[in-house]
Amino acid sequence: MLSVEEEKMFEGQPRGFPFGDFDIADVMLPDGDTMGIPSDDEEEEELIETETGFGHIVVVDNIPQVGAEKYDKLTKILSKIFSASGTIAENGLNHPVDQSTGLSKGFAFVEYENHDQARTARMALDGYQLDKNHRFIAILFDDLERLNDVPDEYQEPPQKPYEPATDLYNWMGDRRGRDQFAVRYGDETEVLFNDVAQQNPQKVKDRSFWTEAPFIQWSPQGTYLATVHMQGVAIWGGDDFRRIRRFSHKNAQRLAFSQCEKFVYIYTDIPPEGRQAPRFALSVYEVTTGRKLRVFEGSQEDHAVGAARRPDGGMAYPAFKWSSSTNDGHAFLAVMRKNAISIYQAPEMTLLDKKSIKADGIQSFEWSPADPILCAYQEEQGNLPARVVLIRSPDREEVRAKNLFSVADVRMAWHPQGDYLAVRVEKWTKTKKSTTTNLELFSMREKNIPVDMLELPNKSEKISGLAWEPHGNRFALIHGSDPQRPSVSLYSMKDPKSGALGGVHHIHTVHNRSVSSLHWSPKGRFLLLAGLKQNGKLEWWDTHDEVSVVGAGEHLMATEVAWDPSGRYVVTSVTAVNQMENGYQVWSFCGQPLYKVSKDRFFGFVWRPRPECLLSKEKQKEISKNLKKYSKRFEEEDEKLLAAVDSELLAEREKMLSEWNSWKESRAEWAEKQKEGIKQLLGSKWVAPEEEYIVQEVEVSAIVDVREQKVESQ
Amino acid sequence: MRPYILQGHTRPLNQVSFTREGDFLITCGKDSNVNLWWADNGERAGTFNGHNGAVWTTDTTYDTSVLMTGAGDSTVRLWDITNGDELFKFQFHEPCRAVKFNVGDTMAAISTDPFMDSVSAIRLVKIADDSSEQSGEVLASMTGPRGRITRILWTDLNKTLISTSEDGCVRRWDVETGKMIQEEQVHKATIGDMQMSVDGTHIITASADQSAKILDSQTLQELKTFSSQVPINSAALSPTHDHVLIGGGQEASKVTTTSDKAGHFEARFFHKIYKDEFANVSGHFGPINTVAFTPDGTGFASGGEEGYVRLHHFDADYFTGGN
Repeated sequence: MLSVEEEKMFEGQPRGFPFGDFDIADVMLPDGDTMGIPSDDEEEEELIETETGFGHIVVVDNIPQVGAEKYDKLTKILSKIFSASGTIAENGLNHPVDQSTGLSKGFAFVEYENHDQARTARMALDGYQLDKNHRFIAILFDDLERLNDVPDEYQEPPQKPYEPATDLYNWMGDRRGRDQFAVRYGDETEVLFNDVAQQNPQKVKDRSFWTEAPFIQWSPQGTYLATVHMQGVAIWGGDDFRRIRRFSHKNAQRLAFSQCEKFVYIYTDIPPEGRQAPRFALSVYEVTTGRKLRVFEGSQEDHAVGAARRPDGGMAYPAFKWSSSTNDGHAFLAVMRKNAISIYQAPEMTLLDKKSIKADGIQSFEWSPADPILCAYQEEQGNLPARVVLIRSPDREEVRAKNLFSVADVRMAWHPQGDYLAVRVEKWTKTKKSTTTNLELFSMREKNIPVDMLELPNKSEKISGLAWEPHGNRFALIHGSDPQRPSVSLYSMKDPKSGALGGVHHIHTVHNRSVSSLHWSPKGRFLLLAGLKQNGKLEWWDTHDEVSVVGAGEHLMATEVAWDPSGRYVVTSVTAVNQMENGYQVWSFCGQPLYKVSKDRFFGFVWRPRPECLLSKEKQKEISKNLKKYSKRFEEEDEKLLAAVDSELLAEREKMLSEWNSWKESRAEWAEKQKEGIKQLLGSKWVAPEEEYIVQEVEVSAIVDVREQKVESQ
Repeated sequence: MRPYILQGHTRPLNQVSFTREGDFLITCGKDSNVNLWWADNGERAGTFNGHNGAVWTTDTTYDTSVLMTGAGDSTVRLWDITNGDELFKFQFHEPCRAVKFNVGDTMAAISTDPFMDSVSAIRLVKIADDSSEQSGEVLASMTGPRGRITRILWTDLNKTLISTSEDGCVRRWDVETGKMIQEEQVHKATIGDMQMSVDGTHIITASADQSAKILDSQTLQELKTFSSQVPINSAALSPTHDHVLIGGGQEASKVTTTSDKAGHFEARFFHKIYKDEFANVSGHFGPINTVAFTPDGTGFASGGEEGYVRLHHFDADYFTGGN
């Protein structure tokens, strides 16, 4: 409690901390309740890095044991392998021999120039396959002690109590077939159902400070929600969004799931110290077990190539990309380096064929969304032309390559089902003063992968956007010489008359549109033209038989567009890059505005992805054929809900009205007295309100509805 | 209902108000002009020239013979409405912000801004029947709290005053004793306007905290809240319908150059009881500073930051439609 003097000192100020007038029990959190803030103490305490002076030394085990005759040769080979990842200090290689047997002991000590080199070497040497029977095991000398502490005798770990697993696919069983989405704004993160019938999103889960990042991310099949924290990444799922697993990674910044959701990598950009190049740390985890599969660390410089290069020599984005998964449960992680690309196979995380693929002048690469095939672009090297190559994993075979000349820039766009690949090539004109763009279109499903070239009729036009129609053979282009008012064209990879595959066929063009990006419905057919970051003009096309505009709208200052996974709804949003108008607007697939939600400091909107449909193609066809039969139930339910909403609204209004009326009633007497008083105060000046106006009662007839009905004559 | 656009001000409007009979509209603005307009066709009937500072507010006597204006030139003036002559000038040392005649027009309340050494104050002056006998003597001063006092209303048959301030508070004053008897922190930001219902039972306040509120004039208790996504500068109550009119907009300094829609410069109609917005009228290309209903509820006027007054008369379907 405060003394009298203190009370005076703090007069008019809020009570409580720091003024002494509070009970510590009031501000303590109840046991087990963290308010969603992960505690720093929770993680296992990291071993304090001891500087024993042996930090430069790596111990390599599982070296063949050889006799004196082969000893020198082996040592030579070893020193060659070891020096590949750093400079070995003078007399730094110690390859001991057992005096009693005359054989080498099968391990070696390597001293490097510094700790960083030692660490890099450890990573490179650990798992190195020398020959069929010998695979190196490498550890840092400093770790030896820790490993020595492992008790010789196996101790059975204590059995963890069984926790029933939560149903991770609960949301897919929603009876009304609604889709979920997550939004991130201010300090809040929310997961909601898109409830169009109720014209409002329905909250599933919300939490403050759920993630420390300004974004929120779903796994590619929608099973998990990932949050980013200082200590690493957590994934959440199930009906109550409980924490499923944690992956520790200091100062985590970004993460990427493999397409199959089995693996995830977490990335941290470590800013440079002094004049060194920026470094990075990347951990690969197995999602289902939480096992750490591999760590990549090093200088960003080796990977900052082409499109991934930042002006300061760092990576603009991680040069690590997951492939789609193979049938046998593998996924590949491709890493772009200078003049090479390395492909690692998860979960073993071994380098395919133990070596990187040589790719001189590699600038960018992109995996096919459907097959383990990647497309890489190598820039011109002296007399060698620029190349676009398609490389298949795991056999690393080059399935197709195309040489290109006088190339300024190349962009790739895969078809969502991997059926096609479009490569936009920007070429220098003969004078090298300006560029022209054309497209190289790879048909992935045809024999030998034929390539068609598309040049725009007007050569001065630039192609600024391309989007493939999902589940289709068509693509839309934004092109034009004026970036503010470009044209939009639709092309097909199928002859529109004969239906034969092959060749590029022009279908439709409109000119002078304020559009900056194209967004196909994930089911195809409907295309949204959006003028993002400009005026927010929106235009919906139905491209079924003939192209027709089915809807138009405007979302002022919109920055993002997101179709829901079912292709029924599309959301435009204004994120915090703009100061005002933050929030999102939900539209139907053809541009009917449904509802709008405003949120200050809005960071993002993400639909929860759905896993692939398990129904056979025939079954799907049958359903769309008999759609009326199936949709009846849903329509009835929607109608019921709407009616419920209406009656709720009516009840609410009724309540407000009666509250107002009873308040008015309570003031009626006072008002009457006022009226009298005013009359007296004004005296002779007073004019009765009735005399001031002529109140007219007017009868109005209006036609509410016209209906025609046949009347049976007798 | 094509509106009349009244171009009589070269700078932002401060207040638009109709005379009690509803045949005139009086507007004042930062350009120190005061204009009188015919309410039915928007023709200018006259001007009141003399102020040399922003005119913040106007009020008329019950019989619409005398006009009182308060201005930034530290004067409050009385005018003959019939011919535009200046009848009297109250000279103060501080800018004058709000003026209001009492019921019966025997007294007037004048609020003055905090300026140099003086704090904000409400001053009471006597209004003489015959303007030649008018004196400038201040009967009483109620010195006020922080911030300017933006609006004053007489209630309780001249026994009390209600004032609104820049600090978001609504206060009640006893005229007899000159003491503040109630203080409510109704808004989080400056209250720009306050208007009273015809029967005097409730008032509506408009605030830069992006909300307008209806308060019980006796208890100052909050009855309804209307929210917007931009600051609200003015709010009016329909004398005939359960409708509320709100005007405001993104502050000029924060408006982007991309589109005038971003500023939300619409006059917006809400249902007084159900609180939902049922109509909005766009047209201004700057924030709306002031709105007023005609006394018979058949139209409204709005004055904008851009210097235009828009005078609307409702179409027939306003009266025949729902509600």
